[in-house]
Amino acid sequence: MSGMWPLWEVFIRARRGMSHIHVGSLHAPDAEMALRHARDVYTRRGEGVSIWVVPSSQITASSPDEKDAFFDPAADKIYRHPTFYDVPADAPHL
Amino acid sequence: MDGSDEQEAAFYAIIDADGRIEPRDDMPEAYRRSLVRQIAQHAHSEIIGMQPEGNWISRAPSLRRKAILLAKVQDEAGHGLYLYAAAETLGVSRDELLDKLHTRRQKYSSIFNYPTLTWADVGAIGWLVDGAAITNQIPLTRCSYGPYARAMVRICKEESFHQRQGFEALLALTRGTPEQKAMAQDALNRWWYPSLAMFGPPDTEGGGAKRSTHTEQSMRWGIKRFSNDELRQRFVDMTVPQADVLGLRMPDPDLRWNDERGHYDFTPPDWDELFAVINGDGPCNAQRIEHRVSAHHEGQWVRDAASAYAAKRQRHLEGVA
Ligand SMILES: [Fe+2]
Ligand SMILES: [Fe+2]
Repeated sequence: MSGMWPLWEVFIRARRGMSHIHVGSLHAPDAEMALRHARDVYTRRGEGVSIWVVPSSQITASSPDEKDAFFDPAADKIYRHPTFYDVPADAPHL
Repeated sequence: MDGSDEQEAAFYAIIDADGRIEPRDDMPEAYRRSLVRQIAQHAHSEIIGMQPEGNWISRAPSLRRKAILLAKVQDEAGHGLYLYAAAETLGVSRDELLDKLHTRRQKYSSIFNYPTLTWADVGAIGWLVDGAAITNQIPLTRCSYGPYARAMVRICKEESFHQRQGFEALLALTRGTPEQKAMAQDALNRWWYPSLAMFGPPDTEGGGAKRSTHTEQSMRWGIKRFSNDELRQRFVDMTVPQADVLGLRMPDPDLRWNDERGHYDFTPPDWDELFAVINGDGPCNAQRIEHRVSAHHEGQWVRDAASAYAAKRQRHLEGVA
């Protein structure tokens, strides 16, 4: 059964105006069944207005092992943050 | 984890900072194995737990109660799914876990080996069994393994309806005829001690101060936050005043408030009985597994049909393209 059925990741948009957020995973033979299962298990109390299902095998992830090196370029560029800049306190709307 | 000191140090640094371990992080093999066992046992309990209450769906006393019970039992199936999915992030397959359940190589909570003899048992299960489960599960929402903790957040949100509907069903009986009230009391008499046993054996060995090594290790790993006895006490303190509202008597002549401790004193369950039930001698052990295995086999054609349909559509799509 599930040994043959691929794993799907489920993303739900809780309300209009919000992004889809990962809520969990499930097994299903195809995308249509994955959507139906996702509706049955993850939206029994009106938790969503839209569902995405994505085959887990199609997700490419950064590796936790290389996280420091991988995210390094962000670490030393503090000038990307507004707090880096000294501006007079009396300059309005900055 | 292949045991390098550096990886181990990184793992404990996250644990000590009360951080969360995520699926692809390095983790000690013993941590991974212990989590798989605990999450699988938890998932099995959710789906086996559908049986005692499922027994009353067709005989619920009103359409309202029937709809509620159906929704609750369906929730428990969902809880099983969330937990199997959490276990799968640790590199085991759901098939493998189900197979271990079916061949009795993994366990489920012993509470589900007791029978539901009357309609009042359905109320008692919601009130006491789901109540005890909530007490156990709330601290698990902060457990160190991310996918398990997130599954518990979702489950705990759904559980509160389970407990309230059980309490309400019992309240309807205790406010009913003398026969109905007696039925509610009888259910409480039978479910009280098995519910206390749900928290597991006492943490102290032979009355000594030493906690069981298992508890100790789980606490070091941030999986367990409170001892079995602490959680059991919390459950008793919470439940006794609720029994008063119902107008029912706890089946424990030694139950009384202890001003000094700030807690209720109570009689612990019979541990020999708990171990006998865990080891297969409960009233319904064989029936629960037989039913689970036959439900699994009877569902095989549905899974096969869904697979065949998906394969046919795939061929069709490829043919068209
Ligand atoms: Fe549950
Ligand atoms: Fe429940």
